[in-house]
Amino acid sequence: MFKVILDILSVPAILVGIISLIGLLLQKKSISDVFKGTIKTILGFLVLGGGAGIAVSALSHFGNMFQEAFNMQGVVPHNEAVVALALEEYGTSTALIMAFGMLVNILFARFTKMKYIFLTGHHTLYMAAMIAVILMVGGLSGFSLVLVGSLVLGFVMAFFPAIAQPTMRKITGTDDVAFAHFGTVGYVLSAWVGKLVGKNSKSTEEMNFPKSLGFLRDSSVAVALTMAIFYVIVAIAAGPEYVHGLSGGQNFILFAIIQAITFAGGVYVILAGVRLILAEIVPAFKGISEKLVPDAKPALDCPVVFPYAPNAVLIGFLSSFLGGIVGMLILIALKSTIILPGVVPHFFCGATAGVFGNATGGKKGAFFGSFAHGLLITFLPVLLMPVLGDLGFANTTFSDADFGVVGIILGNIVKLFAQ
Amino acid sequence: MYKILVCCGSGLGSSFMIEMNIKKILKELNVENVEVDHADLSSASGSNADIYVGTRDIAANLEALGDTVSLNSMIDMNELKEKLTAKLKEKEII
Repeated sequence: MFKVILDILSVPAILVGIISLIGLLLQKKSISDVFKGTIKTILGFLVLGGGAGIAVSALSHFGNMFQEAFNMQGVVPHNEAVVALALEEYGTSTALIMAFGMLVNILFARFTKMKYIFLTGHHTLYMAAMIAVILMVGGLSGFSLVLVGSLVLGFVMAFFPAIAQPTMRKITGTDDVAFAHFGTVGYVLSAWVGKLVGKNSKSTEEMNFPKSLGFLRDSSVAVALTMAIFYVIVAIAAGPEYVHGLSGGQNFILFAIIQAITFAGGVYVILAGVRLILAEIVPAFKGISEKLVPDAKPALDCPVVFPYAPNAVLIGFLSSFLGGIVGMLILIALKSTIILPGVVPHFFCGATAGVFGNATGGKKGAFFGSFAHGLLITFLPVLLMPVLGDLGFANTTFSDADFGVVGIILGNIVKLFAQ
Repeated sequence: MYKILVCCGSGLGSSFMIEMNIKKILKELNVENVEVDHADLSSASGSNADIYVGTRDIAANLEALGDTVSLNSMIDMNELKEKLTAKLKEKEII
């Protein structure tokens, strides 16, 4: 009997279903809602696994072509893809660390000055996955793994909004809302650079700026487009003969384009799964935290700052992407693993860095702050890969700044204890 | 049943928060025949919602799909309530 229970609990999909079930029961939902919500959560986890399969097959072709063409590893950082990979092996630990990490976040908000509730649920999931990987690679397991993991997760969920808050007050003009996105180190860097360079620089919002990049808002389209460019370049560099071996004779350019769009499709499915997983868990977390810590500030995702400075959003994206390209060229010169600039991290995080840089240093701050951010998210993944074990050899990795910072620090601390 | 769809770039974080706020407002108004969901822009185009909601920076992408409520601020409950109520009245849902 005990073994049966253990078996059930070691299926990650069931485990997240149970977490969701507890959340629904705590909110005293009706029987039909409890049933519906629990099933949706389990479904979400399984859908996510399916998306992982699609994305990873397309990505491995990319990795092979890159290796053939340039004789080194080429990595496109993409949170969704790497998390979906991680969950195949580390799903159970991730689910437990996520659930208890949220509780620890509430405790920090209740008993310390960091009164922030981190409501960007998908980032909570991604960070939980990364922490689970690093701790397990470092040799932790069972109770100590979940304890250490959830303490670290809960702490960063309160800590990062706290360091973003001074600039958030400048951006929004209030102290009612906080910022929750694990790219915070990059935004704080951008705000700091803005302060250095942006003396008397006018705000980005006093410029007339073209709005034609609106299509990039549609992230599936943006991913498909940029990946298609990468894939085609790499396919040409690898040569038609090699690619025909992978494609079973299909034209190499066509194969490259189809694989790029397949990757975008995989990410689309992963995101659908993530949405289903979070549908019940986040509202439960929000409801419970409002009851226990009524004076805490809700911390929200990047787009909360976009409407305050639409021009800075565009400047930030372009400038961060430029930083990513410059960073990539530096890595090529150093003959290290190549980190290609992914459109999603540069768009979301770069845009946010632009808004933060603009708040402290106007136009100049937005430009140079985001550029610094673009360099940062190019170099951090290189340093992060060694602590991810087998996951460090994947053709994708965690993209946003805080994953790099937390991962590198945690990975090296764990190494000290593992000796 | 009517359907409101809230959108943001990736359909994960901020649209989810606005969705929860809308549900709160609908509860206050005692409206029960409206379901609220959130999505990214790619999924929005095939969804046939009655009302789309987004912040002003992506509202232009939504207006092509149908009736849109454009928000200047993600966190201003009063703005959301005012604009949403007006839109619901205009569509004769309430």
